[in-house]
Amino acid sequence: MAANSEIRYLTPLTVETRKKKYCRFKRSGIKYIDYKDPEFLKKFLNEQGKILPRRITGTSLKFQRRVARAVKRARHLALLPYVTDLMK
Amino acid sequence: MNRYETVFILTPVLSDEQMKEAVEKFKGVLTANGATIVNEEEWGLRKLAYPIQKKSTGFYCLLEFEGAPTLVKQLEIAYRRDEKVLRFLTFRLDKYAAEYAEKRRNLRAKKASETAEAPAEAENKEA
Repeated sequence: MAANSEIRYLTPLTVETRKKKYCRFKRSGIKYIDYKDPEFLKKFLNEQGKILPRRITGTSLKFQRRVARAVKRARHLALLPYVTDLMK
Repeated sequence: MNRYETVFILTPVLSDEQMKEAVEKFKGVLTANGATIVNEEEWGLRKLAYPIQKKSTGFYCLLEFEGAPTLVKQLEIAYRRDEKVLRFLTFRLDKYAAEYAEKRRNLRAKKASETAEAPAEAENKEA
């Protein structure tokens, strides 16, 4: 008897629909990531100034490498900090 | 003949004409080795993200030029010899980078011309 009473949840179990991540560079057709404007690069850094991984930003491998190279150049030129506590 | 872009930071302790003269020196090194300077921008004094050699601000200058690969070595030797230069970065522009630089330059030129036209009376006051 207990077998057929399936478990009832208070709220319907919502499997969170995973938004399909897309590479913003491919979609918007950006071909070159400039290391000279830190404002744009900041979108790819977290609060401590570390580069966000691809699984969070969803960028493709090709552009993730370019972002990393641009960020490292900007850091070399002191446009971006290597490490900071509160960047945003 | 590749397209290059170099950014360098001068110490802020210099007076204005020393800065001008330093920038001219590097432009001279470039033209001496047969490079054609395509674009030159000065971002002026900017706050550095982290102190370099105990200084927290620096005078940024960007030079975009076209030349043979060998002259980049000359340029960097000149940078290393000059103690006024805190930091420098030279970088070869590939196809997309060159397009981007082109677009950026027109944008800045247009913006500069707009700001120039807007205060028209200010301009002839200066002229």
